Amino acid sequence: MSKFKKKSSAKQEVPTSSLPDIIFMLLIFFMVVTVLREVTLQVRVELTDATNIEKIEQKRLVSYIWIGPEILGGGNFGSTKVQIDDAIVEDINAIRRLMYDKLIEEPRLIVSLRVDKDSEMGLVSDVKQELRHAGTLRINYSTLRTVN
Amino acid sequence: MFLNKRGREGAEIPSSSMADIAFLLLVFFLVVTTIDVDTGIGMQLPPPPDDSEPPPIRERNLMNILVNSQGMVLINQEPAGIHEVKDLVMNFVDNANRSQDPNLSESPQQAIVSIKTDRQTPYEIFVSMLDEVIGAYRELRNQAAREQFGVDYATFRDRVARDEDIIRQTYPQNISLAEPDQGN
Repeated sequence: MSKFKKKSSAKQEVPTSSLPDIIFMLLIFFMVVTVLREVTLQVRVELTDATNIEKIEQKRLVSYIWIGPEILGGGNFGSTKVQIDDAIVEDINAIRRLMYDKLIEEPRLIVSLRVDKDSEMGLVSDVKQELRHAGTLRINYSTLRTVN
Repeated sequence: MFLNKRGREGAEIPSSSMADIAFLLLVFFLVVTTIDVDTGIGMQLPPPPDDSEPPPIRERNLMNILVNSQGMVLINQEPAGIHEVKDLVMNFVDNANRSQDPNLSESPQQAIVSIKTDRQTPYEIFVSMLDEVIGAYRELRNQAAREQFGVDYATFRDRVARDEDIIRQTYPQNISLAEPDQGN
């Protein structure tokens, strides 16, 4: 009789001792998965939109090039500049070397071109020529999805 | 006896709130991090130019799209609106299965769509142009996939290896992005 009682009281509640571990596991997953690399933009990039787009699945392969009018502060914008990582690249021909170095580090590199919608094609084309010379041939014209 | 009970109570650290603390941290990370998916139009650039002559292309297999800085479109020397482009490209690429017009492409494999802009053309217009052309190819591929396999192309593509992708081979995306003109 007493044996029976003991057994039933032992199973009274759900064991919660492993709950923190589970939550910590989730926490660590999120901390690892999310890319917290913020870049201070020095150019204004308002993306354009398109319908027939694809997602970039492997975000770690992506390297960004921003093209847009330089932010001068006080709501003013300068001429169109190219930004890679944290700096504005004044000399277009320097892109070749910069991107080549990145390609050596990551051979499956995807270059995402984030171009302001009002930028002119001339500069974009110059950057594309540089990318061809650097050998970074996989590119992606970054756009938003058109909202109907 | 009273003393004994007290000692036992203090023996372990209360861990019931541990889960709550961890939850708070979890919620913080969930809120703070933006998992924004990067979307865009993927393209493959051609290798750097060399001195070799490009292979000859028959006039009828090439669709020339010219976009000037005002966003006006010329397709094979005839003006067109940006939103007509999709249908025109589809007719041009899939000519062999459609009207078989002797002025349009011989086969989808040989068809090349060339987009050329001015240096002054805004990027927005170029992207909407490219979007139309990609859209035309996507619709052709979807049609073919539905006819042959009963599924959309995206579903079909996930099922087969890249070099066994019959539909990609039937409708290769031959898009040539020419270097822009100096403009006026």
